[in-house]
Amino acid sequence: ILSPFNFTRRNTGSHDVTFKVAYCGVCHSDLHQVRNEWKNSQYPMVPGHEIVGTVLEVGSEVKNFAVGDRVGVGCMVWSCQQCDSCSKDQEQYCEKVVWTYNSIYLDGSPTFGGYSSLMVCDQRFIVKIPENLPFDAAAPLLCAGITVYSPMQYFQMTEPGKSLGVVGLGGLGHMAVKFGKAFGLKVTVISTSPKKEKEAKEYLGADHFLISKDEKQMQDAARSLDYIIDTVAADHPLLPLISLLKVNGKLVLVGMPEKPLSLPPVALTSGRKFVGGSAIGGIKETQEMLDFCGKHNITCMIENIPIDYVNTA
Amino acid sequence: ILSPINFTRRKAGSNDVTFKVEYCGICHSDLHQIRNEWKNSIYPMVPGHEIVGYVTEVGSEVKKFAVGDRVGVGCMVWSCQQCDSCSEGQEQYCEKTVLTYNAINVDGSPTYGGYSSLMVCDQRFVVRIPETLPFDAAAPLLCAGITVYSPMKYLQMSQPGKSLGVVGLGGLGHMAVKLGKAFGLKVTVISTSPRKEKEAREDLGADHFIVSKEPKQMEDAAKSLDYIIDTVSADHPLQPLLNLLKVNGKLVLVGLPENPVSFHPAGVISGQRFVGGSSIGGIKETQEMLDFCAEHNISCLIENIPIDYVNTA
Repeated sequence: ILSPFNFTRRNTGSHDVTFKVAYCGVCHSDLHQVRNEWKNSQYPMVPGHEIVGTVLEVGSEVKNFAVGDRVGVGCMVWSCQQCDSCSKDQEQYCEKVVWTYNSIYLDGSPTFGGYSSLMVCDQRFIVKIPENLPFDAAAPLLCAGITVYSPMQYFQMTEPGKSLGVVGLGGLGHMAVKFGKAFGLKVTVISTSPKKEKEAKEYLGADHFLISKDEKQMQDAARSLDYIIDTVAADHPLLPLISLLKVNGKLVLVGMPEKPLSLPPVALTSGRKFVGGSAIGGIKETQEMLDFCGKHNITCMIENIPIDYVNTA
Repeated sequence: ILSPINFTRRKAGSNDVTFKVEYCGICHSDLHQIRNEWKNSIYPMVPGHEIVGYVTEVGSEVKKFAVGDRVGVGCMVWSCQQCDSCSEGQEQYCEKTVLTYNAINVDGSPTYGGYSSLMVCDQRFVVRIPETLPFDAAAPLLCAGITVYSPMKYLQMSQPGKSLGVVGLGGLGHMAVKLGKAFGLKVTVISTSPRKEKEAREDLGADHFIVSKEPKQMEDAAKSLDYIIDTVSADHPLQPLLNLLKVNGKLVLVGLPENPVSFHPAGVISGQRFVGGSSIGGIKETQEMLDFCAEHNISCLIENIPIDYVNTA
């Protein structure tokens, strides 16, 4: 249960950008952490890492942003900037990364996220929201969007004409379908809920829809997909999904089930397949993704909820 | 228990190469199949798929080989030549591949392998053994060698200066160490047997050796490897091996444990790592590997056993 909480943010430092929070996305991770499911929650906690707003103030060393700009902050607010991961613009794998909330900042203070009225953040972790993207529908791109965009780019799941499977049609899943179509892929949604078929095909443009519990459908689709993005956070068997992959197929986990998964080795060796994983994405590619979305007019399907109703959400 | 069996091979067809078998490697797969561990054994069975010998006859359409040539045949004797896998030179993933033994040939006859005096094979599946490689020490390259060479090339585990971990020091393992050193990698052998350390370092040139059952050694080596080739066919836990990988690390299974392997999704998600598998290799790359081995003077550590003692072997 969340309740109002007063706190102050630091004064705008020379490298900081301060903005008035217009909207903040509600991410499944917020739930996990509010409930201490990952066993590392510090209270009081102010969640929210899909934050968008209008700049109020910039520090003296800030050149890229000005008052009035439409900006956003995602899951990270600081990293070491020196390690391999930081130099490859993959700050989320830096060992010293500071998360937007539930982390400790350089100055020792706990970080507070976007379920608040104001946000202060180092300019290197601020991104610009393109003018043509509506603020509210762009916010979830900062976590859900980048979490699928990053592995799709890294694992090269972007070759036009190839086939992508998306498992699960939640926040991550629907973004994967939209990006998949934008990359020119044939997209198949794999879900346990038949009622999501209409949304998948009509609103998101998916080409095919498979019920994962239907053995015949799954069998008919064997060896038909080049790539699979698995967004499901509930425990689920991986072998039926691996069977859907063609030779050299790749399955990438972006959802975080709680229990270990298991596979017979021959499922991988007999077709040179692999199972990988990915976590959010770097700042540079987040900006790249936003610009891509601006160009292709891609935003998230959202439901606006006033902050007073956040507990029902 | 193997005992002598008399059988005839087909006459050399226009595309066939016939050769007198000089040596044939004993592969762990031979044991698996003799014992029907993979539940698909057809008897009588003549195992052996690391076969080398001198050409005695060539068919009229055979241009690349001549009588007296030193040749070899590995794990396959036919494939469809039309599917994606065949056109990519990865015949082992063809749905119609015919294996060298325990399979059915195009003409309906069962295939018999190299534990015999003579071999007849379609020229497309015959490779040349370079003059500088000793016949007997080259034979295991045809299965053990290519099984590690293929994924090392495909997954680009060959960038000089990077770190490779090899799990298990058997036929596949020792080839992976030799090839790893030849590619300019720093090689760490991970094993359950401390007594293999001497051989790893002195005979094979490994840079480091870790006993996988020693938690401290494994901990000290955390996040130190770019790639891991896992050759172990006994059941073993994968999570401790994943912990040895750096960010973007890759673990490839080439051994076939009987039971499913398991790991936690965080093992691949955090660090954008992956777990893949690979099976033998294509004909073109087998020839490429043989030529590479000749150039770098790489052959297998072997023990010669006369056929009469095959049951003790």
